[in-house]
Amino acid sequence: MSRYLLKRILMMVLTLWIIVTLTFSLMHMIPGDPFASESDQLPEQILLNLRAKYNLDEPLPMQYLLYLKSLVMLDLGPSIKSETRGVNDMIKDGFGSSALIGLQAIAVALFFGLLFGTIAALNRNTWIDYAAMVLAVLGIAVPSFIMAPLLINYLAIKWPLFPVATLTSWKHSVLPSLALAFGPLAIITRYMRTSMIDVMNQNYIRTAEAKGIPTFLIVVKHGIRNAILPIVTFMGPLIAGLLTGTFVVEKIFAVPGIGKYFVDGIFNRDYPVILGTTVFYSAILVLIIFLIDLAYMFIDPRIKLSSRGR
Amino acid sequence: MAVDQSVNELFRPKAQKADGQIAQMRPSLTHFQQVTRKLVRNKLAMVGLTLIVLLIAMAIIGPHLVSYSYSDQSLLNANQEISSEHWFGTDELGRDMFSRTWYGAQISLIIGISAALIDLIIGVTVGGIAGYMAGRGKKGDRIDTIIMRLIEVLYGLPYLLVVIMLMVVMEPGIVTIIIALSATGWVGMARLVRGQILQLKNQEFIMAAQVLGAKFPRILLRHLIPNTIGVIIVNLTFTIPSAIFAESFLSFLGLGVQAPIASWGTMTNDALGVILTGDWWRLFFPALMISLTMFAFNVFGDGLQDALDPRIRE
Repeated sequence: MSRYLLKRILMMVLTLWIIVTLTFSLMHMIPGDPFASESDQLPEQILLNLRAKYNLDEPLPMQYLLYLKSLVMLDLGPSIKSETRGVNDMIKDGFGSSALIGLQAIAVALFFGLLFGTIAALNRNTWIDYAAMVLAVLGIAVPSFIMAPLLINYLAIKWPLFPVATLTSWKHSVLPSLALAFGPLAIITRYMRTSMIDVMNQNYIRTAEAKGIPTFLIVVKHGIRNAILPIVTFMGPLIAGLLTGTFVVEKIFAVPGIGKYFVDGIFNRDYPVILGTTVFYSAILVLIIFLIDLAYMFIDPRIKLSSRGR
Repeated sequence: MAVDQSVNELFRPKAQKADGQIAQMRPSLTHFQQVTRKLVRNKLAMVGLTLIVLLIAMAIIGPHLVSYSYSDQSLLNANQEISSEHWFGTDELGRDMFSRTWYGAQISLIIGISAALIDLIIGVTVGGIAGYMAGRGKKGDRIDTIIMRLIEVLYGLPYLLVVIMLMVVMEPGIVTIIIALSATGWVGMARLVRGQILQLKNQEFIMAAQVLGAKFPRILLRHLIPNTIGVIIVNLTFTIPSAIFAESFLSFLGLGVQAPIASWGTMTNDALGVILTGDWWRLFFPALMISLTMFAFNVFGDGLQDALDPRIRE
């Protein structure tokens, strides 16, 4: 087992390195550079000095090595567009807000998704099932960028239950979290219903019923544990995505998170910001996928990931 | 002894048919016939199928039912409510919403369905191989590891960067959007299928198939994939709407279909700006069509899943 763990951790570093390398090549292949919009207004010499300041005058392989060197020191470099703040500061300041909203959204989506999905599966083809499925269809058919204005309109303007814009108290985080939670909630409900129906038809459930175990215990101990696997798989990228913020919802609710840097960085050709946000997101993603692979074995001991095993 | 005899007398050999064969109970059905029969009997699934056919038919003939094309502007008729002249109202440039909605249906349905099909083919194959190979000797582990790390890399790469790159290399258009969406879209399906197969492959029926000498492609196609069909279909029903919305996000950033071409995604996007002014029809019709598409594919998918599941008998 420890051999497997060590191997996986080495693999994670390797994966991150490949992602950095590919991102580095991709972003330099795209036409334009950080100073493209200023190149008409600034004198030649100033542009040259600016490029030199950010090492953009070096040949590409040299720039790549310089970046890797600072990355090993956990320094994500300066932001070209923002003169005073480095990429590290951007992430440090914004991650808290993004993660708070993301975690709340995940908790809401997971709890209600599992609950609705299980109830729908157990009451298959009754009105309860249909109600849960209508909710699921709506949740997917109404994306977060429509959900967010609707929530603001009804829960903040017509009935002022929650404040909106910026993030100064916990109450401010309720609406953005809800707007984010709706889609994943619907997807989890749908997966849970399908896989729960499948599991409840299995022989071991019949055995448990025959032994006289109460339905509630059968569902919790045998049903959910076997049915949850597709959701565990789906949660990996979802958690990583929600933790690192979302462009649209953060923009609509004016949350000072890090979601906007992912898009702005690319449009401004702000190379250190593109690489920094990518490294940060990928590190979280790779770590969570690793934890999920471990969770597979914990949830279902029949699963063997490595032939050497434990 | 006497009782036994009287009971035995109650059993009589069934009268033989003229041709000498014992009468058949019911005609044997192929797997395909069974699936279609179960599917046709499922009313909700048939409602879904009818809706899908209707939506596709309207996407083809809808724009020709009115005399306005999707791009005809008429500023005098801007922001009109629904009327006998403009069945779905008009937008801020006076373009007919009915024509735009069905023209948009063509774009959105093509993007959604193609992206979903590409995801299905690549995702199921790759995920199936990775899941089956994991834990199967040193070589198997290596294949699984390589595939899974490749998937992580694709997840980690900034999606927008890939899209912009593709737009630079290829000319912008629907095909480019479909390729951009499926270049990174299949990884979700692959991970899902792999997870399911990891769980299934150590169960008794797979062991039985192996003992009987079934080879890898047969086990994968005939035993493992049919047992993951539920999750695959659910994933497909999400891929279609999420591709429709991904396209609208790209259009929102100026990377999707270019004006004046309409898609349901761009129409919902445009409508958000006027959501508070009370022009309800701007958001209602595209959102309604997306919801109907979702609903149709969902209930049809559910029915298909039941019909394909051999454990659910009539």
